Amino acid sequence: MSSAAKPIEELERVIVRFAGDSGDGMQLVGGRFTDVTAVLGNDLATLPNFPAEIRAPAGTLAGVSSFQIHFASREILTPGDAPNVLVAMNPAALKANVSALERGATIIANEDAFTTRNLAKAGYETNPLEDGSLEAHVVRRIPMTTLTARAVEGMAEVSTRDGMRAKNMFALGLLCWLYDRPTAVAESWLDKKFAANKPALEANLAALRAGWAFGETTELIDHRYTVATAHDVAPGIYRTVNGTTATALGLVAASERSGLSLVLASYPITPASELLHELARHRSAGVRTIQAEDEIAAAGMALGAAFGGALGVTATSGPGMDLKAETIGLAVMLELPMIVIDVQRAGPSTGMPTKTEQSDLLMAMYGRHGESPLPIVCATTPSQCFDAALEAARIAIRYRTPVILLTDLFLANSSEPWLIPDVTKLPAIDPQLARANGSGTFAPYARNADQARPWAIPGIPGLEHRIGGIEKSQPSGGISYDPENHQLMTNQRKAKVAGIEVAALEVDADPDAELLVIGWGSSYGTLRTAVRRIREGGGAIAHAQFRNLNPLPANTGEILRAYPRVLVAEMNDGQLVKLLRSEFLLDLESYAVTQGRPLLAAEMEREMLSRL
Amino acid sequence: MSASGTNGAAKTNGTAEPSGPRVLTKADFQSDAETRWCPGCGDYAVLAAVQGFLPEVGVPPERTVFVSGIGCAGRFSYYMNTYGVHGIHGRAPALASGLAAARPDLSVWVVSGDGDALSIGGNHLIHALRRDVPLKILLFNNRIYGLTKGQVSPTSERGKVTKSTPFGSPDEPFNPVALALGAGATFVARTIDRDKHHLPAMLRAAVAHPGAALIEIYQNCPVYNDGAFDALTEKDTRDDALVMLEHGQPIRFGADGKHGIVRRADGDLEVAEVADVGENALLVHDAHRTDPSLAFALSQIGELDGGATPIGIFRQSPRASDAAARTAELSAARASFTAADLAKLLHGSNTWSVGASGAGAER
Repeated sequence: MSSAAKPIEELERVIVRFAGDSGDGMQLVGGRFTDVTAVLGNDLATLPNFPAEIRAPAGTLAGVSSFQIHFASREILTPGDAPNVLVAMNPAALKANVSALERGATIIANEDAFTTRNLAKAGYETNPLEDGSLEAHVVRRIPMTTLTARAVEGMAEVSTRDGMRAKNMFALGLLCWLYDRPTAVAESWLDKKFAANKPALEANLAALRAGWAFGETTELIDHRYTVATAHDVAPGIYRTVNGTTATALGLVAASERSGLSLVLASYPITPASELLHELARHRSAGVRTIQAEDEIAAAGMALGAAFGGALGVTATSGPGMDLKAETIGLAVMLELPMIVIDVQRAGPSTGMPTKTEQSDLLMAMYGRHGESPLPIVCATTPSQCFDAALEAARIAIRYRTPVILLTDLFLANSSEPWLIPDVTKLPAIDPQLARANGSGTFAPYARNADQARPWAIPGIPGLEHRIGGIEKSQPSGGISYDPENHQLMTNQRKAKVAGIEVAALEVDADPDAELLVIGWGSSYGTLRTAVRRIREGGGAIAHAQFRNLNPLPANTGEILRAYPRVLVAEMNDGQLVKLLRSEFLLDLESYAVTQGRPLLAAEMEREMLSRL
Repeated sequence: MSASGTNGAAKTNGTAEPSGPRVLTKADFQSDAETRWCPGCGDYAVLAAVQGFLPEVGVPPERTVFVSGIGCAGRFSYYMNTYGVHGIHGRAPALASGLAAARPDLSVWVVSGDGDALSIGGNHLIHALRRDVPLKILLFNNRIYGLTKGQVSPTSERGKVTKSTPFGSPDEPFNPVALALGAGATFVARTIDRDKHHLPAMLRAAVAHPGAALIEIYQNCPVYNDGAFDALTEKDTRDDALVMLEHGQPIRFGADGKHGIVRRADGDLEVAEVADVGENALLVHDAHRTDPSLAFALSQIGELDGGATPIGIFRQSPRASDAAARTAELSAARASFTAADLAKLLHGSNTWSVGASGAGAER
């Protein structure tokens, strides 16, 4: 029997969600399915979703982990709203995710896991696979555990445990067959992953192949689907990246472009720790990473490194930002380059550490005592984190200032294809370090045309100077309590940040649009998708997305005033809209949600439609 | 009023690169900022001692950095004609650790006080010591908060009456030497601001130590805690109140060294009369012991019956470390990291190319 025996239907786009227990390896399966999809040249976007607990009680709703992937033959911008296919490895995974499905969606369930005990743990009184409650959906009951066990049966050295753990690979193999994706990339990944554990490798490969073979032979599934290579993407060399990797690569690129050493000091926190892990591996690029004793020390170390002439970076999430505020204030006063990366998560306090939010904007803007303005950059997509990190470095170095880079948990974990940039075309960043002046007094707070002060790093005779948190006089840098000087320095710090050159705000507008939708950061894909749907339905609309939040692009006011209605959409309680209203005194509308998830294209489409 | 006085700017040197080997003097380390400590403050003596000592180290001002925290001691960095950062309260060890990580070629000093280092910044201090970051840490201990005008500090004695403890401090103080030893410090010493010979000797030993070196300096605050250390410095009391620890020497004190420290059979230390036990029974100080427990016991001898306050080097036991080698490796890696390397890194291990036609192909 060959795979050609079953018809293959071509689809434009598909959304698949893998869901199982935290211990079922769903993130791993999702990652491999992403790999095999990426090399086919589909456009894609992913959304991992997992509990904060490392191993919540097995089989419970709290322990459900999922990975959603949206892939298509045309450009897509979000991981999608409703899955076409849900792979449910146990009853809890089904229960936690079934509400996301639309009528007609397919459920592929690991029938073996639907035991009385597991059903009870998930809170099912009857088996949903049998009680008719899923009749709106197409249900495929597949005994994955049994079939995996059979596939590894008789394999020397493969333990029952290895066999059981490989059932996620069975699911992967089946889905690869279903969507016509060759498994070579997944197999080579397994080769590397289990190079030192032959039995585990054999078990996983056997399960993967068994899943594929099951698809070919089973009478349960009579159809396959394919999604053609995306045709509307720019030519070039691609890879998949998530926001964490893209941020890390952006920082390494900034180090190479500026000639400065990269020093990252961080304290473990979800989800920002991943950036520490990622950069800690880049020893070959000379990246120095320090796991500090606390968030405060991490910020202090980054700033201390900056005083020494390094590109000093610290990365954290919500609660860590609270703790770093004091050091960021010192960096504002010292006027040294420093990058503070805030991978935002749902707050306040511990909040929901594994859920996304955009609620740190006002804190980034104002969360320090005294008048302490600083530039804020945000990233719009996972791969755009690369550019955002470079932009943060460019501003920090050129203007001698701490910069806050706002990403979020969704960006950090979500993957998409990335057109790898030509390194030689990346902008050079000249740190313009101060040089020995031979004679005369060195003035550490003299200013250049950018209002930036000299960055004089230790080691240069004649430039010895002392700086600190106490107000200083311009240009000598000496301590000053003079009232006029404090006013001057307050104005100076403000003017420097306000004068930072940032790209103009771009608007994607229909000529007769009356509604402008504005977002910032990671809502980019959702808003564009919703805008596209509005247009497909014949509506006229305009969309703009901020990448620089302080200073705002110079044309912001002009754009806001050009539309009778402006809707500001964000994942918080209305922070950007507050800034824009106070800055431009305009009656802007707000759509603000705090549900720990990205905005959905469908809800934004609804919001836009209601205002057209 | 203008902002003269404490000037952060570099002093005008005006001289070209000297032709011969550079001879450093005390003046090379003196900034022209006007010192603004209270008259009679112990900080003046420490500043003079440090400025007077540094020329002999041979590290020029441009490769020396003083990082300080908040408090009276925090102003120290402004008075040194070196590079300097006056940081935030308690965070000097963190700033200095980052600087030392980025710039292993520099001589980095930390100046801190008892409130700065042991209260608000306690965490940074113990971790800098644990990591053995090559910092020279000067802990000015006056047992009081000076700059905030006289509150109890973590080294103030129990029962101390201050503005914040009008009925006496209920809390046991830290013993900074014991704390540092507990944190795994490889060099711990104690000295006194007014001792013009002992203080430079401690600085000399600290500079010779490859890792983190902490020197607790008893420092008099004439305004809020005057005379806190008089017993250790006044002629008529110091012999009985002070024990001078010297590596390789029997530990004895009192007039003509009539008292001594002996180690009992159970390992505890006690004070004995030399005339009773004989000189050979005295504990011989060994600062180089790897095991810090005896140094810890010595840090407590002020609490013994008939005991006295020890000064000197408690521990001087360099820890083998590959930190310098790892740092050198990273610096070399950074220096040889090219645009081509960056391109390779950006590509990672799985790429595919999209041609003008949009066809995907695995690479």
